[in-house]
Amino acid sequence: MSGMTRGYVVRRFLMWVLTVWLGATLIFAIPRLAPGDPIAAMVLRMSAQGQIIENSAELIQAWRERFGLDGPWYVQYVNWLRNCMTLDFGYSLTQFPARVWEMIWRALPWTIALLTFAVIITFILGNLIGALLGWRKTPPLLRSLLPLTLTFSSIPPFIFGLLLLFIFAYTLDLFPNQGAYDSRNLQPGLTVEFLASALHHAILPAMAIVLTSMGGWALGMRGMMITTDGEDYMILAQAKGLRTPRLFLRYAVRNALLPQLTALALSLGLIVGGSVLIETYFVYPGVGYLLYYSITNGDYTLMQGIVFILILTTATAVLIIDLLYPLIDPRITFQKR
Amino acid sequence: MATLTAEPVAARPAPQVRVNRWDSPWLNAKLIIGLIMVLSVALSGVVGGMFWDLRLARVGTSPQDLPPAFVPGGTWAHPLGTENSGRDMLAVLLTGAPRSFRIGLIAATIGLLIGVVLGCLAGFLGGWVDRLILIASDAWITIPSLVVLIVISAFVRQISAETMAVLIAMFAWPGPTRLIRAQVLTLRERGYIRMARLSGANTFDVIFREMMPNMLPYIAASFTGNVSGAILASAGLEALGLGPTRIPTLGMTIFYANQASAVIRGMWWWWGFPFLVLAIIFSGLFLIAIGLDEVANPRLRGLQVKQ
Repeated sequence: MSGMTRGYVVRRFLMWVLTVWLGATLIFAIPRLAPGDPIAAMVLRMSAQGQIIENSAELIQAWRERFGLDGPWYVQYVNWLRNCMTLDFGYSLTQFPARVWEMIWRALPWTIALLTFAVIITFILGNLIGALLGWRKTPPLLRSLLPLTLTFSSIPPFIFGLLLLFIFAYTLDLFPNQGAYDSRNLQPGLTVEFLASALHHAILPAMAIVLTSMGGWALGMRGMMITTDGEDYMILAQAKGLRTPRLFLRYAVRNALLPQLTALALSLGLIVGGSVLIETYFVYPGVGYLLYYSITNGDYTLMQGIVFILILTTATAVLIIDLLYPLIDPRITFQKR
Repeated sequence: MATLTAEPVAARPAPQVRVNRWDSPWLNAKLIIGLIMVLSVALSGVVGGMFWDLRLARVGTSPQDLPPAFVPGGTWAHPLGTENSGRDMLAVLLTGAPRSFRIGLIAATIGLLIGVVLGCLAGFLGGWVDRLILIASDAWITIPSLVVLIVISAFVRQISAETMAVLIAMFAWPGPTRLIRAQVLTLRERGYIRMARLSGANTFDVIFREMMPNMLPYIAASFTGNVSGAILASAGLEALGLGPTRIPTLGMTIFYANQASAVIRGMWWWWGFPFLVLAIIFSGLFLIAIGLDEVANPRLRGLQVKQ
């Protein structure tokens, strides 16, 4: 753990606390700042849908506690923060005996797996393409072909997903059009069939993310590579007679990659937000799809829980990247703030 | 500010330099093609209204489920076909596209204004103000904005396009703030800025008359990125059925298409045309952003020029 100072870790951790607190406060404030009486609207919606008639009295009471009709706002606020810390979001409004936490817990692994898979592939591919585009010794043929990979880089992933569904799921019938695994024939577990099925189902949504977002990384990396190329240490390394692959990887890419990692931490929030749409359009049983379900069904306790968990997960991922950063770039902790 | 054009020209090797006013970094192909793509979509709404009856975008004004005219079964009365509640697709696109732009422009402008104010404050004042602004923008950027926007839209049922733009703007400021702060920090120590300050120019003048012209390409690139991000956010909300529901928008059309299983039913025109228009908008904005990057950073203008 060279280069990792206590001050740096403490600072990053405080940042994490601040982000999570800010998120929790936002979730608390939104229903209260919304115009009109959202609570009345919700009751109306719930009774109109007629889904929860049996337990309605109990539920409305549970839900009143959630949104706080009992006690002044600061008491409610403290209660809410305490619930967030213990991850206790109560019962789901629409699937009563189920607790919100259980429902999220079932969905969360799918989202984390899909996003980690997609983001890592995107990051590696995008930076590789960008590095080759910005490297002077790249073969001209390769360099003229590489920009083709950027074709889809500005199209929103979820709309691109529709196109992929149309081509690969309906027209060619190569991939399934929904779900995360073959739930009719398989049980989740560490079997080869299950993992193969999960991978088969994840390819299309992951492709929608990878193909649309690697262009951004490639462009950023190209710029960084060109900047790196002009540095004195590159000329020195060349003069020392180092081999080209070593120059490329250890000198150019290694330095150019650092700002990209910062950019990754900054863009995680956007990626998580976008996954809600991807999961909804691919009917992928992750947290994003669950959020869509909770909104269309008026399950407000579930919704609050999901949003908090998504903010918590994103902030934690950023914290992990931040803590890994000094290992890759030891200079960072020497900076005075 | 003469420095704006003088700098890139000086960075090029001697044989390339032509004293020609068309030899401006602002006239690069990516920027121009991008602008043409974006403007053609943006203007289609204005011009389209003269040639096509936009009232056909309302429910029940046309026959249902017609394919486009160039496909067997289609008619020229509805060149791009119709969807399942009797809206004419051409009219839907002509009303939807400019609306998306408006939301994007409003949100990005508000975001940029906040960014300019906070970025200049942070860069100039430094100290705890700087630290506070930086921490706030770092924390804010980590929160998945779309998720929060989805929740807000779920609570605010009848949402107008303008409200949506303002809500999106709430999440559009950290990017410009960070960018402008970084620029102010580097520019602050430049000779001509010191000169201006020594000459007695006030801070306002230094920021807007000396610094802004040099930051312009960066600001424009970030603004373009924000317009694109805001359109993406609004299209995303609409595509979940959470946008304004009275007027047809591109995202909402995709939402309805998805709900009615247009993909399975083979009604490709229903989601395909909004997809195409959005693809043109986003690709155009993307090209503009790359073009502006090249204006800002002469090194990016093609590798062959070097050495």
